[in-house]
Amino acid sequence: MSLTTTPTGPGRPGSEVPPAQLTALDAARGSGVGSVPGREGARRRRSGHDVAITATGALALAGVVATVWLGLWVTPPDRFMGNLVRLLYIHPSIAWVMYICYGVAFLASLLYLWPRTRSLRFDKLAGASSEVGVVFTGLTLVTGSIWGRPTWGVWWTWDPLLTTTALLFVLYLGYLAVRRIPGEPEVCARRSAIAALVAFVDVPICYFSVLWWRSLHQAPTVADPITGKTYIHGSMAWTLLLSFVTFTLVYAWLVARRYRLFVLAEREGDEGLVLAIEERRAESLQGRS
Amino acid sequence: MWRDALLVAGKDLRIEARSKVGLGQVVPFALVVVLLFGLALGPAAGRGSVLSLAAPGLYWVAVLLATVLAVQRSFAIEALDGASDGLKLSGLDPAGIFVGKAAAVCGQLLALEVVLAGAVALLYDRHLAGGLLLVASCLAATVGLVSVGTIYGVVSSGSRQRETLLPLLFFPMVAPILLAATKAWDAALAGTPGRGTGWLDVLAVFAVAYLAMGTVAFGPLLEDA
Repeated sequence: MSLTTTPTGPGRPGSEVPPAQLTALDAARGSGVGSVPGREGARRRRSGHDVAITATGALALAGVVATVWLGLWVTPPDRFMGNLVRLLYIHPSIAWVMYICYGVAFLASLLYLWPRTRSLRFDKLAGASSEVGVVFTGLTLVTGSIWGRPTWGVWWTWDPLLTTTALLFVLYLGYLAVRRIPGEPEVCARRSAIAALVAFVDVPICYFSVLWWRSLHQAPTVADPITGKTYIHGSMAWTLLLSFVTFTLVYAWLVARRYRLFVLAEREGDEGLVLAIEERRAESLQGRS
Repeated sequence: MWRDALLVAGKDLRIEARSKVGLGQVVPFALVVVLLFGLALGPAAGRGSVLSLAAPGLYWVAVLLATVLAVQRSFAIEALDGASDGLKLSGLDPAGIFVGKAAAVCGQLLALEVVLAGAVALLYDRHLAGGLLLVASCLAATVGLVSVGTIYGVVSSGSRQRETLLPLLFFPMVAPILLAATKAWDAALAGTPGRGTGWLDVLAVFAVAYLAMGTVAFGPLLEDA
């Protein structure tokens, strides 16, 4: 039952697996694990990446702590909005990250579809970025709602920006569902990349039609949350700026971690097959001996 | 490409003429939806009632729901007896297959929209005015709907959860169509078609964008399905 059995030769007498199948399995093992020097090199490279990811994570954490401290304790309450203004230190930056997420996912999908730059790395990047994007879209909607209730008196309003964000949320939930359709990696990647482009084209059409839909009734009474900027200066402006930098770092860290998880899941799939084959082989040998 | 499109559309329409799934199930379903809206928002009818005011929106929601069923049916017939392999090996132009399948669904939906418009006029007590704008917006909206539906129909046909996946993908995508078509109908029924022509442009832009996208993307998607 041990996983570290000595490899058996193809077609060894007494084995239950027919020879032809064994050679195929051996080929699968060869492609899955790769030669030993190659793995060592990859490990060394990875450790360099790990340091960069950990550093980004540490910086992001420090930034979050500093943003919380500045936002909740150092900065004064706003003359008009009072303590509500503190929500504006995170809401615009979360929304900003959301745009980065979908922008990166779109570019990565485009690069995957372009024959010269086709690589599964771009597919993983698109997947990681859009997953983080959906989380940040949810956060944008929630923080916006919490801010909207005391400010506008309602949790929700059919403002073009809000409506488009809500549609973006469900659009990309659908995209993530497409990513989970099983299949060959290349097939899945191509399907997902096309779905990402199809969804992305819809975003401006949504935005402008909702904008127009609203403007036929009344001019949006809702100010863009970012226009709060005109009232702020000094420590408030610095806190807002810091939060933009911080959340961008949080984004980079999350995407790097998610990307890593895609790579590991892929390797688990490859090596899991080899391990299962070896285990099965050991069982059949034990049964015979 | 156009010859291939005609062949595929003819095949799909012939299957529909023989099986009558659209006539026997999709059209009754849409009528059920119209009745359900009546139950939810009634029983007051006549001018100024909620049903009468909301008639354009309810009409288009019913059309959207029916579109999902029609698209699902359009890809269900390819799933049987290895028909999709036959389609891939037929050597037909993928763009032609896309246009053909979309055109077949489009034809069925336009017929359904005529029936549904009658039902809405009758049950929600709304006089169908502004005929030209109504027809034009129906045409543009339906082309947009079936283009998106056919793209996502083939995307989701590779999935085992295609029945639940297609609506999730389809409805958010066609939100602009629902908006624009409702507004165009609103303007036409209110007797002010001038306000609706802009919305007709939105529908046309959407239809052209996704028709073009489908003709390009359908080939690779069909191969993978």
